[in-house]
Amino acid sequence: MNRVLMSKYGPALAGAIIGVVAALLVKLGNPGNMGVCVACFTRDIAGALGLHRAGIVQYLRPELAGFIIGSFGSALIYREYKPRGGSSPMIRFGLGFFAMIGGLVFLGCPWRAYLRLAGGDFNAIAGIAGLAVGVSIGIMFLYRGFSLGAARQNPKAAGYFMPLLAIGLLALLVIKPLFGPEGTGPIFFSDKGPGSMHAPLIISLAAGLLVGWLAQRSRFCTVGAIRDLIMLKDTHLFKGIISFIIAAFVTNMVLGQFKPGFEGQPIAHTMQIWNFLGMVLSGLAFTLAGGCPGRMFIMSGEGDSDAGVFIMGMLVGAAFAHNFSLASSGAGVGAYGIPATIIGLIFCFAVGSLFMNRVE
Amino acid sequence: METKTVDARGFSCPQPVVMTKKVLDKLSGGRVEVLVDTVTSRENVLRFGRNAGWKGDFEETENGFKVVLEK
Repeated sequence: MNRVLMSKYGPALAGAIIGVVAALLVKLGNPGNMGVCVACFTRDIAGALGLHRAGIVQYLRPELAGFIIGSFGSALIYREYKPRGGSSPMIRFGLGFFAMIGGLVFLGCPWRAYLRLAGGDFNAIAGIAGLAVGVSIGIMFLYRGFSLGAARQNPKAAGYFMPLLAIGLLALLVIKPLFGPEGTGPIFFSDKGPGSMHAPLIISLAAGLLVGWLAQRSRFCTVGAIRDLIMLKDTHLFKGIISFIIAAFVTNMVLGQFKPGFEGQPIAHTMQIWNFLGMVLSGLAFTLAGGCPGRMFIMSGEGDSDAGVFIMGMLVGAAFAHNFSLASSGAGVGAYGIPATIIGLIFCFAVGSLFMNRVE
Repeated sequence: METKTVDARGFSCPQPVVMTKKVLDKLSGGRVEVLVDTVTSRENVLRFGRNAGWKGDFEETENGFKVVLEK
């Protein structure tokens, strides 16, 4: 299995399995077309920790803890655990922050954009088009010499932070401590809305561990796939997302979860210009940071603390998105989602043009 | 034969590939050594080099890998 995952068929095999798993997670309780959504799940975790108080999107999604621990275990076993960091962490935090803002304007990360398409939500087409444009802008900066600088090797212990954090989140999910004022919190769980919809804990965790392991071995990346295709004409990772979409689509058909159309799609809106621009922002931020949000979780498990910092930026971005009315809902974009998207684009363009590393 | 060296240690993908591409694009042949520090970068640089028509191999170094591309 490991040899296949490391081979040229690796991303396609991993993508197919992850696609099936994602559709099954919806069947088992996750919200519609949200079997796996790295942005939405990070947002739900921010809510569960009380960083935002949008009551319908609060749950400590164990899938993401599984991503980190699965990747950590796989990296340890195959001797790829390599703590490193120090490549413009503050800027990476900002990129994570705005990648999340863009994701919540669209209502999903690249993973969910593909899963929405595989579930018949045609609003995802504008999002995926935006993603491709955002990645293309990022490639332009890369060709001009954009770089956040080299990371350095860190002590072995530096990479334990994210796996331990993941275990801590799982502990909070199981223990559900209640000692806040008025007998609620500090951990919050939705009793209605998307946050209340989830597959059984043990299944979500197992799925997360499996995906973490598969993605660590195969380097499955939903942004790198588009980047390598456009920049290098390299289809290696792209085959991963094609098989991901097809596998999720077929599984959705079998389970009766394929519902084609634009209107009334689960956790989606029909303002196509903002579906598009939200994902331009996300795609650009992910490309400048070096990978999709799933890949960031995987790399953080391998000991990449810059990826960990990016995730913290996403977590804080999610909190701001809801506290500042930036996040969209089924009704459309949030009150301040449009200016936030524009500010995010300005930030990413500034980073892309100001961080040049001329290595000859 | 002249050997060009690209030091891509510490850079995360896709930068090692971009740095390699910039050097390969200027050469019609020769030997290029690319220093990387993760398995992922090693695979990516090797795959890129081979797709570009170069022969590729690698050896382990103290803190990573030296990818050797020849044409």
